Amino acid sequence: MESIAQLLQLMPKYDALPALLRASLPMLVSSIVIFALLSLVVLFLVWLERKVSAHMQDRLGPMYVGGWHGWAQTIADAIKLLLKEDIVPESTDRVLFKMAPFIVFLGAFAAFVVIPFGASSIVSDLNIGVLYILAIGSLAVVGIMMAGWASNSKYSLYGGMRSVAQIVSYEIPAAIAIMTVVILVGSLSMQDIVNAQKGGIQNWFLFRNPFTFLAFFVYFIASLAEVNRTPFDIPEAESELVAGYHTEYSGMRFAFFFLAEYANMIVVAGVATTLFLGGWTQVLPGTLAAQLIPGPIMFFLKVMVLIFVQMWLRWSLPRLRVDQLMYLCWKVLLPASFILVVGAGWLAVYWK
Amino acid sequence: MQVEYSGDVMTLNMGPQHPSTHGVLRLELKTDGEVVAEAIPHIGYLHRCFEKHAENIEYPGVVPFTDRMDYCAAMNMELGYVLAVEKLMGIQVNNRVRCIRIIMAELNRIASHLIAAGTYGNDMGSFTPFLWCFRDRETILDIFEETCGARLLYNYNWIGGLMFDVQPGFEKKVIDFIDYFEPQVDNLNTLLSDNFIFIKRTANVGIMSPALALSYGVTGPNLRGSGVKFDVRKDEPYLGYEEIDFEVQVGLGEHGPVGSCWDRYMVRIREVKESCKIIRQAVAKMTPGDVQESIPKRIKPPAGEVYMRTECPRGELGYYIVSDGSLKPYRVKVKSPCFTVMSAFREISRGAMIADIIAILGSVDVVLGEIDR
Amino acid sequence: MKAEEIAALLSEKFGAKILESKLDGLNPWSVVEPAEILAVCRFLRDDDSLLMDHLECLAGVDYKDRVEVVYIVYSMKHRHRYTLKCRMPREAPRLHSVESVWGVANWHEREAFDMVGIVFEGHSDLRRILLPDDWEGYPLRKDYKFPTSYRDMPV
Repeated sequence: MESIAQLLQLMPKYDALPALLRASLPMLVSSIVIFALLSLVVLFLVWLERKVSAHMQDRLGPMYVGGWHGWAQTIADAIKLLLKEDIVPESTDRVLFKMAPFIVFLGAFAAFVVIPFGASSIVSDLNIGVLYILAIGSLAVVGIMMAGWASNSKYSLYGGMRSVAQIVSYEIPAAIAIMTVVILVGSLSMQDIVNAQKGGIQNWFLFRNPFTFLAFFVYFIASLAEVNRTPFDIPEAESELVAGYHTEYSGMRFAFFFLAEYANMIVVAGVATTLFLGGWTQVLPGTLAAQLIPGPIMFFLKVMVLIFVQMWLRWSLPRLRVDQLMYLCWKVLLPASFILVVGAGWLAVYWK
Repeated sequence: MQVEYSGDVMTLNMGPQHPSTHGVLRLELKTDGEVVAEAIPHIGYLHRCFEKHAENIEYPGVVPFTDRMDYCAAMNMELGYVLAVEKLMGIQVNNRVRCIRIIMAELNRIASHLIAAGTYGNDMGSFTPFLWCFRDRETILDIFEETCGARLLYNYNWIGGLMFDVQPGFEKKVIDFIDYFEPQVDNLNTLLSDNFIFIKRTANVGIMSPALALSYGVTGPNLRGSGVKFDVRKDEPYLGYEEIDFEVQVGLGEHGPVGSCWDRYMVRIREVKESCKIIRQAVAKMTPGDVQESIPKRIKPPAGEVYMRTECPRGELGYYIVSDGSLKPYRVKVKSPCFTVMSAFREISRGAMIADIIAILGSVDVVLGEIDR
Repeated sequence: MKAEEIAALLSEKFGAKILESKLDGLNPWSVVEPAEILAVCRFLRDDDSLLMDHLECLAGVDYKDRVEVVYIVYSMKHRHRYTLKCRMPREAPRLHSVESVWGVANWHEREAFDMVGIVFEGHSDLRRILLPDDWEGYPLRKDYKFPTSYRDMPV
């Protein structure tokens, strides 16, 4: 981010540092800033989910901790989890057991590097941004498989295998749905995609042509399955396998899995916003609101709408069975995404 | 009942403690991958020797013990026992007692079916209907608490009458609740019963043919879900049910074959609406009177035996009481409907997947307290 | 069909095997010789005028001088009910299983075995159902002594 680079140059003796450090320090600092901000957002989201679910279930949710509607509930829960005993079961593979939460966490947070929060608010505008996001999404698979295997329990193994099958299958329709947008833009860079949607709500890829309209829904559903949210939360199905691949985890290790899920929610909403809902561009340019609301706030508002939809789905719908999940992926979403990408390509060529 | 196992068969234990099995039930699953070759239920973890207790306590003292068998539908359990002893002694109760008994039994039926529906949704991953059902059930429990002081285990139906008369304003409270509740059932249907995913998970699973159901003595909503129109309240009416107009709901197989999990679940939801109708008629029929006038001074039935069946929310509850003319029963045998349905579980769950086992178990709505007694 | 007609039909078919009947109480019953119980049950289920396809209750009862098994059967089609009893001596009571006639008898007979100690021949899986498999004694017998310990745990 240029502003951080400019800030750093004000430091005395900055030019004396080696060139490599000078090039990478802005990125490092901006990563830390993004990480810190997003952790706060994740904590906020945990509280929001509890409130949203409570009101849908005709009850109130957290009300006491911290005073107004229990806003400090998540902080209290995080402290509690930190203070818990760190139980590592005896018959587990200790190295893998301890590494697994970190890899899952990494897979969630590393995607934020290429998500554009504003016109110049992006940690690193890779020219293969979309490809990077798809690749990082697969990293979580390794972590989950490690967790399921290392726990040395039948239930965890079942949960881990199911989860891996689910994520790997649903990556394909998600990627192909993303391709529809990439074809229309002609670039894999996230900022280019956002810039192609400048000019108001009618320029959003969601509304520009029917193929990307449907691609949004294909992408949204497929990415819900990738982050293991209901209706696709078979791996964590409480009533069937106790807690699936993270049955044996407790305390802070469990918290990592938990936080990674919420970070994944933000990634999914963020990528969907960037690709289909115009990213940080204004909804109604030229109005007073457009001048008052800066880019990052606009982005945040759009992301919150999608996150609310994710929570809404979680608390209204039952769970799909494993084979029905696979059926949905391979026999419904995949052919649909093929048709969409062919259609988008035809549009891009013949309707210029 | 031998099944051919192929290759690797893993024995998975859905043990007595499990978030999903409704009570302490142990299911031994022999699984071949995701498909279950055999699901063998093991019961007895909640056995509290009701029948032995009943032989050592005087007749009125057995009533609290009957509550504790099926704790979700305690009024109906008491009712069966009390009606059996009254039949043995030849006691006739007055109209007020009969109407109040009907209202309490039907309210308890609604409460029990709400638990069944809510926990079934919870097992399927849909957490919201669970809380909606329990919210509505709270009003019913408040009505019970006002009448007899207890929310779940009442000791209210006594031999020859009732423990207390109802409080003034009881009829209004009941009618207000029914008026509020009937639209809520439609809400529940929109959220859960007609939900596409829920139907996909339950409509082709756990098919129980009518012949299998009859052979295994299945009764109640489980039998009606397979299309057999049989209800003890219509077949051998007791308590004045012959004067009350209601329909027996059966499973029609709207989604998938008849006798699936969805049919059994839907029969319960429709029965709840029928119970509302029954309650309205019973409230209209109520007359003033003394609820304790027919209670004899000493409950000493003549020697003999009786078999009394009533329709409890889970099926046909039968009490076989042998009396030897003394103050204590000689033998009380309870035929519990969940016991018979559990004996058929092995047959209907063959070849299902592990997730389907949960679906089938939820749809037969067992309460282990009744199975184990 | 009334109880008298059912009793008459049974006597006609099985003659002396029906030992005794009591038809005037609340629950009319007939006593059947234990060796014939399977044939009688099959007849009850298959005969067109009886069609007793629903075994409502199978109870073991311990009297001072004998042990009884009570079968209460019901017909869904004809809507009539009847009760059969089999009387056996208290030492080593044995009876043939009617599992092949009504599937639910499997579990009911396991419970009668568990509680009263009646052994059912031909049963596919006769083991205790409510009590642990290594329990000693039959609780619903009138001379049952409560154990003082179970697996070295004082009770």
